[in-house]
Amino acid sequence: MKTYDQINRKIENGTAVVLTADEVIDYVDRKGLDAAANEVDVVTTATFGPMCSSGCFVNFGHSKPKMRITEAWLDDVLVYSGIAAVDAYLGASQLRHNDPANMYYPGEFRFGGGHVIEKLINRETVQLFALSYGTDDYPRRELRTHLTIDDLNQAIMVNPRNCYQNYNVATNRSDKPVYTYMGLLKPRMKNVTYSSAGQLSPLLNDPFYETIGIGTRVWLAGAQGHVYAEGTQHAPSCDRGANGVPREGAGTLALTGDMKKMKPGFVRGVSFKGYGVSLAVGVGIPIPILNPEILRRTTVRDEEIFAQVIDYSHDYPQKTGEVITSVSYAQLRSGTVELEGKQVEVGSLSSYAKALEIAELLAGEIRAGDFLVSEPIAPLPREQAMTSLEIRR
Amino acid sequence: MTTKKLMFYFPKSETEKPIVYHLVKDYDLIINIFRAKVTPEEFGYLVLDVTGEDADIQRGIEFVRSFNVEVNETERGLTWNESRCTSCGNCLAHCPTNALHIIDPVTRKVGFDPEACIDCLACIDNCPFHACSSVFADTTEARI
Repeated sequence: MKTYDQINRKIENGTAVVLTADEVIDYVDRKGLDAAANEVDVVTTATFGPMCSSGCFVNFGHSKPKMRITEAWLDDVLVYSGIAAVDAYLGASQLRHNDPANMYYPGEFRFGGGHVIEKLINRETVQLFALSYGTDDYPRRELRTHLTIDDLNQAIMVNPRNCYQNYNVATNRSDKPVYTYMGLLKPRMKNVTYSSAGQLSPLLNDPFYETIGIGTRVWLAGAQGHVYAEGTQHAPSCDRGANGVPREGAGTLALTGDMKKMKPGFVRGVSFKGYGVSLAVGVGIPIPILNPEILRRTTVRDEEIFAQVIDYSHDYPQKTGEVITSVSYAQLRSGTVELEGKQVEVGSLSSYAKALEIAELLAGEIRAGDFLVSEPIAPLPREQAMTSLEIRR
Repeated sequence: MTTKKLMFYFPKSETEKPIVYHLVKDYDLIINIFRAKVTPEEFGYLVLDVTGEDADIQRGIEFVRSFNVEVNETERGLTWNESRCTSCGNCLAHCPTNALHIIDPVTRKVGFDPEACIDCLACIDNCPFHACSSVFADTTEARI
């Protein structure tokens, strides 16, 4: 048994033993659970993939004369301005002004909120255009200027839902192509798409939220951020395997971090043909090994994690609840899965390569004493289901 | 027998000549066309594999050039920008020849083998990160 303080003292001394969730599997096999639990202090987990419920609050600073901005666009992407004078929220899935969307089906969605966020983090210049009705204390009614992230007072990423604990595997049983946030799904079940880092993914390594909670320090695209709340749609009461690992969506995290400290390459604008724009975010979360049980859960392997295959031509949009079958991440990573007697090609939207890179970067920062683990200030709910929206007449 | 990938760029005036017919009939070449845009009154292109004896391929190319058609023997139609690629793997189920593939099963990094690419351009529409682009400068295909 170890405490957060003991682990942090070892991190500060530079003596902490840190492994990635990928490395720890063989390590525990070799050493045995109890011996390994004494030695290992932290296991790093990570994920990199599209997370649509992402965005950032920015503060532009005041112009001379001042302006109480009521409508604003960054690189022609609308930002929400219904807050204080020069504050705004830029959402990842906001389309660019005049984007024809799906009027020329399938639309291309080349650029949107996620791409503006990527440009800001790359320290590229973006254009601000803003309008107002004008007041006595804020007389300016229009402005156009150019700025980089360094010109902003704050740029704080605030993502209401990241790090889905597990996720659907999407396919298309119909005879027409289907354009989705899981990419193009070819007719008659020619391909499936999954989106999870599997055995590296944060909440699959801590399935009961024993160490990850509100206040947990996380690696958010290179900056040190935090879990600020349960993520939207957090639904831990779900179908779980004997190992406790959810076999469907389940838990989520709401994350925040200082965008000025984020690194290019870990926040990327995303375009889905026929669907829209989004943002791919890289997240790393350290799991402090407080006891052998926590360590055991981090040794989960892709062959022990299952996800549900859902038909995105009918069952997903119509919310029928029907599941074709369940497949393991080991099967998915083999490149083909067998569905209804047919070999189906597999694609992925979550980058295991990037997740591995993040898990290793985070492990390096912890070993160097630059990243401490933190005890949650409140746990995430462990019993909770998602409600549906009832359409009332 | 050799197989060579060629790109023909047609000036406006030459698009009506049955060039491919002559390559087959007069130069004994096997032709496999991957991609063509031959619109009257416009600049056009043709991407094809030719298979035959080296000397016949060379004579065929000279024949095509005699029509003022530009022949490119080296250029690839598809460009994969490694720095834009995140190795997400969405392209894997859309690339028919595995030109885009996992180069290392441990790190699961994605790589591109230009030799295997047949310029179908499916990856362009299916890459969420715009890592793939085409040299064919028509409308939506040359965007990044």
